[in-house]
Amino acid sequence: MSDITSDTEDAFARTAGKQLLWLGLLAIVALAALMFALGWLSQLTASGAVTGEAVDVRERSISLAMSGEPPQLDSTRATDQVSGFVLGHVMEGLLRYDPTNKLVPGVASRWEIDAAGATFWLRENARWSDGEPVTAHDFIFAWQRVLDPATASEYAFILFPIKNGEAISQGQLPPSALGITAVDDRTLKIEFERPIAYFDKLVAFVTFLPVRKDFFERTAGRYGADAKDLLYNGPFTISRWVHSASIRFEKNEFYWNRDAIMLNVIDTPYITPDYNATLNLYKDGKIAVAALSSDTLENALVQRWHLERFNDGSIFFLEFNYRPGRVTGNYNLRRALQLVTDSGELVYKVMKLPGNLPGESLFPVWLNGVDGLFRQEYPARVHRIDVEAARRHLELARQELGLTRFPPLVLLSGDDPLSNKQAEYFQNVYGKQLGLEVKLDKQIFKQRLAKMTAGDFDIVMAGWGPDFADPLTFGGLFASWNLNNRGRYANPELDAQVRVAENSVDPKTRMNAFGEIQRIIYDDAVILPNYERGVVYVRDPRLKGVVRRAVGTDPDYTSAYLSVD
Amino acid sequence: MTRYILTRLLQGIITVWFIATATFFAMHAVPGDPLSNEKATTELIRKNLEERYGLDKPLHVQYGIYMLNMVKGDFGISFTQQNRSVNDIIREHFPVSATLGILAIVFAAVGGVLWGALTALYRNKLPDIVIMFLVILGISVPSFVFAALGQLSLVTINDWAGITLLPVAGWGGVGHMIVPAMVLGLGTMAFLTRLMRSSMLEVVNADYVRTAKSKGLPATRIFLKHQLRNASLPVVTVLGPAIAAITTGGFVVELVFAIPGLGRYFVQAVQQLDYTVIMGTTVFYGAFLVLMVIIVDVIYGMIDPRVRLS
Repeated sequence: MSDITSDTEDAFARTAGKQLLWLGLLAIVALAALMFALGWLSQLTASGAVTGEAVDVRERSISLAMSGEPPQLDSTRATDQVSGFVLGHVMEGLLRYDPTNKLVPGVASRWEIDAAGATFWLRENARWSDGEPVTAHDFIFAWQRVLDPATASEYAFILFPIKNGEAISQGQLPPSALGITAVDDRTLKIEFERPIAYFDKLVAFVTFLPVRKDFFERTAGRYGADAKDLLYNGPFTISRWVHSASIRFEKNEFYWNRDAIMLNVIDTPYITPDYNATLNLYKDGKIAVAALSSDTLENALVQRWHLERFNDGSIFFLEFNYRPGRVTGNYNLRRALQLVTDSGELVYKVMKLPGNLPGESLFPVWLNGVDGLFRQEYPARVHRIDVEAARRHLELARQELGLTRFPPLVLLSGDDPLSNKQAEYFQNVYGKQLGLEVKLDKQIFKQRLAKMTAGDFDIVMAGWGPDFADPLTFGGLFASWNLNNRGRYANPELDAQVRVAENSVDPKTRMNAFGEIQRIIYDDAVILPNYERGVVYVRDPRLKGVVRRAVGTDPDYTSAYLSVD
Repeated sequence: MTRYILTRLLQGIITVWFIATATFFAMHAVPGDPLSNEKATTELIRKNLEERYGLDKPLHVQYGIYMLNMVKGDFGISFTQQNRSVNDIIREHFPVSATLGILAIVFAAVGGVLWGALTALYRNKLPDIVIMFLVILGISVPSFVFAALGQLSLVTINDWAGITLLPVAGWGGVGHMIVPAMVLGLGTMAFLTRLMRSSMLEVVNADYVRTAKSKGLPATRIFLKHQLRNASLPVVTVLGPAIAAITTGGFVVELVFAIPGLGRYFVQAVQQLDYTVIMGTTVFYGAFLVLMVIIVDVIYGMIDPRVRLS
């Protein structure tokens, strides 16, 4: 009896198993059909990105991955790195940087700058991508728009050196009162609010790019929202832009210096911040450049690829809170922390990404001084770790503050893995060497900013990226009136030096002032420098002439070319 | 039937309104300032930005304005992409997420039913043990691991083949969909396999199956009509929430495979405190989920005669 049952059971299972197999095959066929139908549909919705090889020498085209979608291609309002990268390739200001980081003529063929103002003569063959000439009026329109309070441009402050700039942005004067006039279509005259030593460096910045009025008005509030809502005057144009998917740059046939542009196409068919994905694409021969993180670095090393590195110009540091009631306002406490903070150990043993440099000063190493590099002309103080001295200062601080023991210090930081590593390192060092309790406050970007602005911290892991290639972009940071001085440090001695650097046009006087600022920052332990950010990446060896820079378009492919040897 | 659907739709609208309201106030209660940026701005610039986004008005007024605009179908402009409307973002990116989601859910449902039936058929034998082990793996391993693994295998396979058999990332053709959809559907498939297995085992011993067998019906018919069909009913029930989970849960897969879907806007908006995009995507996905559940309930009533829609 039992044998019979199991026989029929087995027979049933066999038949059913066969049925399942057929159903499985049917399912695969149906899935394939569905996939093709969906594939066809998704091409209809126009997100189709043609994905080519990393480099195509014959077509002179390259493919890249971008870390994010450019949030803002309206140059009067752009603030971020990705937008700066895109705008730097499709637009051109009065001046631009050459591959050696020297300022060279852009739309302006020559210029004169003195204490009272500047004059730029625009070249005749500078054209927009619709063939119309670029005129002085396009710059006037753009700059007035930046300062117009209605635009609410976050970078309006960068135009304050121009006469009435600040008053216009405060709404006290109309935009037409700006000290900029078109002598004729191709001569631009600018009056200064105060003498300014670095105006030529300023006009190479994104915010100073031209915008043509009639085109802007035609876009009805969508200027820069899509490829067709933007008018180009740079080396490339955007021929296709599928949001969050791809941007395709093609050589601009109306660009005055088009013969110097070697690449015909720069395609970015991948937009992702994922380092692993980027490296996989590079491995698969789909993109020409891939940035590395400390996690993907090892993977790249195994492949024996040639690694490239450069410093992107940003510095990172611990900033103290000087608001009343905060113990970090006490010099001896800060000095104690300074004496046990070892940026070399942080960079080499904790962060472990080649390319980062240990921070020694508020002024990064790449800044120019009077004749050569600033940091060579004005070396930073030699920093020595001294735990004994640190403990003495800590004891002094305790007595000055009238405390029996220190309250926990709140260290505000970001919530990414790299910030976590650093924050835990500081917590460990200050705990072990000084017996201080450090409470970590990890926050996402906007909440960290909100807490920084509100002063809700004792120490914050902060950073600063340069806007223009003058030491003032860093040197002015801790002036008492600077809105980015989020710890509210106020020191008349430092303020006086910042005023000198702002108002003088003599290079030597200005650099001396920066030298003094550097000294004060160290001696008063205003901040504790952590590192100068480095970037490590791999590049297809056939792609040459890519320029990386701290200030200006980065990376810059306008002078890039392809060669097989 | 019509009356039932109308009632459900009305309930759905109330649910969506509730989602919108809760999200609106929760979002504003979160510390942080959507208008703040790396570089500090002057008071006046801030005031102008606040005016543009209507943040200068009291919260209840903002709420009223938002609800009014939402009823008109206008979700406002994004905070991070200042010249793009949220409607545009949803219109451009939801089709991508939906395409990926449909493929993943079909993959998961078909796979789940077939594997589940197979394991039930071979209960406690080798196929059952192997598949159930994989199922546990599929349920417990998070999708970002599968995404990274999937991509890595693609690179290795392409490298080994010498040509690009399947693209490693990107979006555009059929080739771009296969692996991301599989990765996205894997967790759901594993879950459905387990569900299908247990419901199949229940059905195998049911009275009507015994009756069918004793009537001498052919095995094919018993298996397909009496067992498989009845056992897959619970799968249909969870399909509604599963569709929504897959379409919204594509964030990691979208980032790893560089797919321009709505999922990344949904998550990044929260990190950036992009109020309008948070609201737009949440309300949209909320409405989508509600709709899916209603559709599944209606379908359920059609295929299961025990459930009467009234």
